[in-house]
Amino acid sequence: MSYESKANRRQFLKILGFSTLSGLGSIPAIWALTPQFAIRNLQSEKRWAMVVDMKKFRTEEDYKKCIDACHTIHNVPDFGNPKDEVKWIWKMPYRNTFPEQEDEYISDGVKQMPFMVLCNHCKNPPCVRVCPTKATFKRIDGIVQMDYHRCIGCRFCMAACPYGSRSFNFREPRPFIKEKNPEYPTRTRGVVEKCNFCEERLSKGLSPACVEACKDNKALIFGDLNDPDSEVRKVLESNYTIRRKPELGTQPGVYYIV
Amino acid sequence: MFEKALSGDRRYWGWIFFLLLIMGTGFIFYIKQLNYGLGITGMSRDISWGLYIAQFTFLVGVAASAVMLVIPYYLHDYKKFGKIIIFGEFLAISAVIMCLMFVFVDMGQPMRAMNMILYPTPNSIMFWDMVVLNGYLLLNLIIGWTTLSAERNELPPPKWVKPLIYISIPWAISIHTVTAFLYAGLPGRHLWLTAIMAPRFLASAFASGPALLIILCLTVKRISSFDPGKEAIQTLGKIVTYAVIINLFFFVLELFTAFYSKIPGHMHPFQYLFFGIEGHGKLIPWMWTAFILSIMAIILLINPNMRENENILIVSAVLVFISTWIDKGMGLVIGGFIPNPFEEIIEYSPTVPEVLITLGVWATGLLIITVLYKIAVSIKEKTV
Repeated sequence: MSYESKANRRQFLKILGFSTLSGLGSIPAIWALTPQFAIRNLQSEKRWAMVVDMKKFRTEEDYKKCIDACHTIHNVPDFGNPKDEVKWIWKMPYRNTFPEQEDEYISDGVKQMPFMVLCNHCKNPPCVRVCPTKATFKRIDGIVQMDYHRCIGCRFCMAACPYGSRSFNFREPRPFIKEKNPEYPTRTRGVVEKCNFCEERLSKGLSPACVEACKDNKALIFGDLNDPDSEVRKVLESNYTIRRKPELGTQPGVYYIV
Repeated sequence: MFEKALSGDRRYWGWIFFLLLIMGTGFIFYIKQLNYGLGITGMSRDISWGLYIAQFTFLVGVAASAVMLVIPYYLHDYKKFGKIIIFGEFLAISAVIMCLMFVFVDMGQPMRAMNMILYPTPNSIMFWDMVVLNGYLLLNLIIGWTTLSAERNELPPPKWVKPLIYISIPWAISIHTVTAFLYAGLPGRHLWLTAIMAPRFLASAFASGPALLIILCLTVKRISSFDPGKEAIQTLGKIVTYAVIINLFFFVLELFTAFYSKIPGHMHPFQYLFFGIEGHGKLIPWMWTAFILSIMAIILLINPNMRENENILIVSAVLVFISTWIDKGMGLVIGGFIPNPFEEIIEYSPTVPEVLITLGVWATGLLIITVLYKIAVSIKEKTV
């Protein structure tokens, strides 16, 4: 096996060049073949968003009713242990919700205050970017949604989400659902799930379950960011709000009034 | 050529059955995992990848390292590697198959695996990883099998393989670069969000792969009449020496950026891995072992007189292999998840079923290596 070394190196570089070109050349073709390509060019009229007014969350009950409303309506299982836990909306202390804002001199009231956390329905969602099957995708109205039937359970989205918003069904969830709601699908083991901004209710003209649960004190305000007359826009204009980890450029759709 | 794998002495069959036993055990526990779900493992909402993906990441490196034989032999006409190049290619085949198996056992819905092909998603790095890994497997199967068949018939390899061999060189780099991109492009995971992730992966790959090859070649030499050649083994030793030093250098670069900038997010994973945070530190003994072993290996390898002693060389190779296996497996994967996005420290340790399934996959890989090496050695014993 004696190969002419010099000629081969030239040949090698040629092949390297051609294979790189043909590899790169196939990218637009693959793009064109993917259904997402069409969606990308559509303009949406809506961009759903939520404002969490932490001033309105005073008692344990204020949190509980929102969480329960969501978890009951969406058949979220309760395994009773943190390892298998599935959650869509829950509370987290200030220091965990905004870890980069840590400051020992911040008022005790804020430091102790648990914040409501849920999927941020980012404008640039990293989870959507990494999903190998488009089982998680961004709708034109800004909702980041899951297709439970397409998810292969690789959990790349869980590694990609900088907000810890995603849960995985490590076990069969159905036996752990207290009361099944026939209006919403239950999931199977081995798929990822998270808050869906109640897209199933929005399509019926209803507001999300958590928003409805605390409508007496308007702790959660939900609406369309693209509509200048919407309630969320008005609240955002008249209050100083913050979002989680804004430095990552994900553009969360969940705002907080501290 | 397969018939060569079907004749062997008692030791050979004993080893094969031993591997089959471990594979069988792993398979039984995999069925259990299928029925129960991934909750059977130590993984959780916070540590959503564990031992399986750690093995996957490490083994992609082992697979890519075949290129360290291909470049000298085919591009620089370094003839000494002629005898062992097939072992590099066959090691790559086995390593890639293990990689694919580890990804498969990690899936929550393995029966939906074909969704990756039915709904190709080019913006997902995992899509490209699937493309490059399967492509690399195919390349090595064709190249390895064709060149070995030609050797058996005492003919030069057919001309059409050469372009494939050349393509396999950038392809090997690509499998590890793309695998690094799985991690390096995720916002909010500080340990992984580093531009030198791919170079680090390649450095540790070119340390661990050739180290394993040294171990395998010296084992082959001991149990068969085939001699891979002293100089070939020594050259592999040099490659390991350079790579393990570069790997350590890259690691120091990471430490500098994290600890001189003092950005908490960048320091936390390293603090967790090496010193523990808030009393949590399950990986501390592992990480220090990895660190100390790599320093020991460098001390043994850097002196040419010591390296020339094959006993010292094989010990160093074992040290490098264990060290990179810890560092690039569990250290990298688990370290990336701690602290979690809420800056909480939630730890992970694999469960017994998880370990047995992992051993089962490793046994499958070893079985593939054994069979392929048996074929190669039988042919080489005749022709050399």
